[in-house]
Amino acid sequence: MGTGPDAESLEPKAFANTMYQAILFLPLAGAIITGFFGRALGARASELITCAFMLVAAVLSWIAFSQIALAHEAATVKIPLFRWLTSGDLDVNWSIRVDALTAVMLVVVNTVSSLVHVYSIGYMHEDPHRPRFFAYLSLFTFAMLALVTSDTFLQMFFGWEGVGLMSYLLIGFWYEKPSANAAAMKAFIVNRVGDFGFALGIFGVFAVFRTIDFDTVFAAAPSKTGHFMTFLGGQYDTMTVLCLLLFMGAMGKSAQFMLHTWLPDAMEGPTPVSALIHAATMVTAGVFMVARLSPLFEQSQTALNFVVLIGATTAFFAATVGLVQNDIKRVIAYSTCSQLGYMFVACGVGAYGAGIFHLFTHAFFKALLFLGAGSVIHAMHHEQDMRNMGGLSGKIPWTWGLMLVGTLALTGVGIPGFGGMAGFYSKDAIIDAAFVAHANVAHVYAFDLLVAAAFMTSFYSWRLMFMTFHGQTRADRDTYDHAHESPMVMLVPLIVLALGAIGAGALFEGFFIGEGYAEFWKGALFAGSGNTIREDVRHIPLWTSWAPVVAMASGFALAWVMYIARPAWPAAIVALPGVNGIYYFLLNKWYFDQLYHWVFVVPALWLGRLLWKGGDGAIIDGLGPDGIAASVQRVMRSAVKLQSGFVYHYAFVMLIGVTLIATVFAMPADFRHYVSDALSHLFGRGA
Amino acid sequence: MLTLLDLLHGPLKPEILLVVSAMFLLMYGVFHHDPRGGNVSWLSVGVLALVAFLIAYRAWNHPGAFDSSFEGAWVNDGFARFMKMLVLIGAAGALLLSFAYFRDVGGMRFEYPILVLLSTAGMFMMISAGDLIALYLGLEMQSLALYVLAAIRRNDVRSSEAGLKYFVLGALSSGMLLYGASLLYGFTGSTHFRDIAQAAHGMAGNVPNVGFLFGLVFLLAGLAFKISAVPFHMWVPDVYQGAPTPVTAFFAAAPKIAAFALLIRVLETSVPGISSQWQQIIVFMSIASMILGSVAAIGQHNIKRLMAYSSIGHGGFALVGLAAGTEDGVQGVLVYLAIYLAMTLGTFACILAMRRKGQYVEEIHQLAGLSRTNLPLASLLAALMFSLAGIPPLAGFWAKFFVIIPAIRTGQTGMYILAVIAVLASVVGAYYYLRIIKIMFFDEPAEAFQPMPRPVRFVLGLAAAFVILFSLYPAPLLDAAARAAHSLF
Repeated sequence: MGTGPDAESLEPKAFANTMYQAILFLPLAGAIITGFFGRALGARASELITCAFMLVAAVLSWIAFSQIALAHEAATVKIPLFRWLTSGDLDVNWSIRVDALTAVMLVVVNTVSSLVHVYSIGYMHEDPHRPRFFAYLSLFTFAMLALVTSDTFLQMFFGWEGVGLMSYLLIGFWYEKPSANAAAMKAFIVNRVGDFGFALGIFGVFAVFRTIDFDTVFAAAPSKTGHFMTFLGGQYDTMTVLCLLLFMGAMGKSAQFMLHTWLPDAMEGPTPVSALIHAATMVTAGVFMVARLSPLFEQSQTALNFVVLIGATTAFFAATVGLVQNDIKRVIAYSTCSQLGYMFVACGVGAYGAGIFHLFTHAFFKALLFLGAGSVIHAMHHEQDMRNMGGLSGKIPWTWGLMLVGTLALTGVGIPGFGGMAGFYSKDAIIDAAFVAHANVAHVYAFDLLVAAAFMTSFYSWRLMFMTFHGQTRADRDTYDHAHESPMVMLVPLIVLALGAIGAGALFEGFFIGEGYAEFWKGALFAGSGNTIREDVRHIPLWTSWAPVVAMASGFALAWVMYIARPAWPAAIVALPGVNGIYYFLLNKWYFDQLYHWVFVVPALWLGRLLWKGGDGAIIDGLGPDGIAASVQRVMRSAVKLQSGFVYHYAFVMLIGVTLIATVFAMPADFRHYVSDALSHLFGRGA
Repeated sequence: MLTLLDLLHGPLKPEILLVVSAMFLLMYGVFHHDPRGGNVSWLSVGVLALVAFLIAYRAWNHPGAFDSSFEGAWVNDGFARFMKMLVLIGAAGALLLSFAYFRDVGGMRFEYPILVLLSTAGMFMMISAGDLIALYLGLEMQSLALYVLAAIRRNDVRSSEAGLKYFVLGALSSGMLLYGASLLYGFTGSTHFRDIAQAAHGMAGNVPNVGFLFGLVFLLAGLAFKISAVPFHMWVPDVYQGAPTPVTAFFAAAPKIAAFALLIRVLETSVPGISSQWQQIIVFMSIASMILGSVAAIGQHNIKRLMAYSSIGHGGFALVGLAAGTEDGVQGVLVYLAIYLAMTLGTFACILAMRRKGQYVEEIHQLAGLSRTNLPLASLLAALMFSLAGIPPLAGFWAKFFVIIPAIRTGQTGMYILAVIAVLASVVGAYYYLRIIKIMFFDEPAEAFQPMPRPVRFVLGLAAAFVILFSLYPAPLLDAAARAAHSLF
């Protein structure tokens, strides 16, 4: 690729051009081929086609990453594809935008997606609908790529809705299962709430800036600070309103506090889906969005504080719930929720690099954990309850080892100043950033909650490991005896991810948040003039960098005591008065589902029933279609009865008809006179 | 003084050709022993085609030609040519449909095609009528042939009954019409439409007197009988059901169009000045026909009887355009009639395809599961039903569209109400058309029908193609109808 003087040029050379298009459209091609012709091609061919396309896309993504992010080349590559729509001032082109941020996302999405594709060959081996599954996976990948390569708000919204749709379809992939259908609908509906805000945000952006092109909006954003706009009848700061609305979309997609309820239920989908969509890629779209829109968010301290508040609360809340869950996938799901909270905190305090860095490392170890959990589930014949596991480390040693790597990475094992697993770098960077952020209640709050969450993360992760792999087995004899290691096609992706979980932090820290920051991002992440967080982080006190490590170690210790050394303790602790209530509070996920059930679902059902029985049944059916249909039937019967077959009846009707017409016809003139005369008399003005 | 030779070179060529051919074929049938009527039938179709050619030739060479003869009692303008073409298509289509039918059920006589020719000649007279005498002559010439046609299967009780009923009630309606005509003559002193128009215009204060109005009412009652408008529709279900199916097809196609032509011409040339008066009658008959046609058809089990009510309803829809009283409205009526002609011929072709072992069946439930025994037939019939129901993009939708839009354009409240009722009636009417589709596509299949005879297949193919493809290239019909309507104003 060129190293010439065209570094500033926005037009890359033809090969790169083709490469970016291939990255975007290979998954789409795979989806179309297997989606429409999968049945004819057969499952095997579908698997091979989609996997091959995805692997090529993944390799190309790494090349793109090295060229865009690691090389000293053009900051932003834009490839216009076609004019999408024009309506009044609104003029939207569809183009591929690749900068450092996009390149990171391309790597994350395509790497994890291709590994999940390969893994699924093994995991879904017995499923009869594999072509459909692979088509969905590839189509999801396309939508996600469309999201991260977007150059306008509308294109981002397209990808945003596309991934939402595919998430819905994949959660409900086993549509025979009522619980899967319910979970799919829940995910879709909860996301609608967020998307509503997102859509309003886009409308607002257009109303304020008269365009929805990123670059134009970003350039104009500083001029709008201090402006006010009317929203819901009040006057509010323009940028705050816009950012909060846009962030609402991020909250839905990234399952943040209050809109998080769909994510644990989404575990009804096949495990590879959980790994790809509900851990590594789609749920991080919210973080990506905030980072992408950093030029907007930087203009509103209020919005940033809100982001911190929500992120920290989610990190803490999800971790507490994760402590007591028994379904192996749900523990990891809450963990995901919690880690997403970390990323938002990072973005909220202005450390976008740290947020994206955590997104990057998290993709590796969380996908690893999910796929590892899938391997366990595969081995245990679709048993997901950890209470029925235990002692599996000897049975499935590879899976155990790889899960161990994932756990070490997630809990952030490492020594400050020396090095550690991937999560160590990124998570601790976030906690540090939260500490040094401007003295602000939200940030103090965030730091405390994040350290507590780090402790709990460690606890529930080790709890998962111990309950699943160690101690006496609680599985029934038969299942335990037949537990078997997964095939190589599933283990190889795990090994690749494990390598990432070990090395991604150490390898890329310098680029994402360290010395190479400016060189790496090339302005893709915006920092306002008052944003000095990257400087401040260098001067944190020693205890702050050790705090998460201590939290991590004590979490491990507690888990070891409770699940290895003294296995009777958990039951005993739960039985204690006082603890009991907390336990059920956590087990029931802070009663959010119940709350929403009573606040939203029950009234909605009530309203629905009212409209159904009262509105539809009584009024519309009774007086409308059904009522009319009934009267039509009545009229029909009398009309048919009139048709007696006797000629004299017919002749009579004709004569009546002509008489009637003649009468009416002759009447009006006289009748009018009569009426006008009567009226004249009435008002005393008659002759 | 006109001589026969003058006439032959004059504008009356098509009519003279029709009548002379009918006489010639009659003699050919008698002397040449053609009791099955095979040759006569085909020759009749040929005659109709030749007449159509003559008219088309005239229209092609002199697009706006206005011919008249017999002191204006006979006029041939663009409107007349348009309507005559429709009548010819209807008559020829009905003849094509009848060959196989009469071969199967027996009772074919060479008089049948000759009667069709004669009634067609009568219809030509009606369409070209420029005064009351010509009107009555044409009407009776047509009707007498039709009475006989309805009863042509004289061994069949239903056929005879149909013919008799039609005759008795037709005579009654003729009586009314004559009474009306004599009143009009008495109050205006002329039988000529244009003179009547002037006389009506010149009446005191531009308000026609009651005697004149009564004459108009009776005249309209007689014509309403012919277009089967409510409340003069009572004969329709019985005659449609009783008459042999090809004859029913002929009734639904040709005479109805001729009667509409006559109605339009009478109203637009003899009483245009008092349109606010006769509009009320038209609106009343239109609403009553649409509602009765839609509602009563729901209860029918016999498909011919159903088509009878359908025909009443469609007559009501066509009247919506006439009620508007504008040039656009008349154009809409003409488009409506042309499309209705195609739909009705196609549907009757399908009805004639309903035969098993040489027996014709007419019950709707016999169509059950047709999609599985004969998918092409079921699909085409479904398309025709959708079109009759007025579902876009089929022709039937545009037919309704072009009569309702002019009614709305008048901007009168009454016309809005009429348009709303028309739309509602078509919703109700859609029910029974869709029911047929439901029976064909979703019910358990009954025994398969015999393959269709070739002429029937030909008519069905043409009609269905027109109905399905009309929206792709509607301009020729719309333009022709616009020109025809323009010649009246």
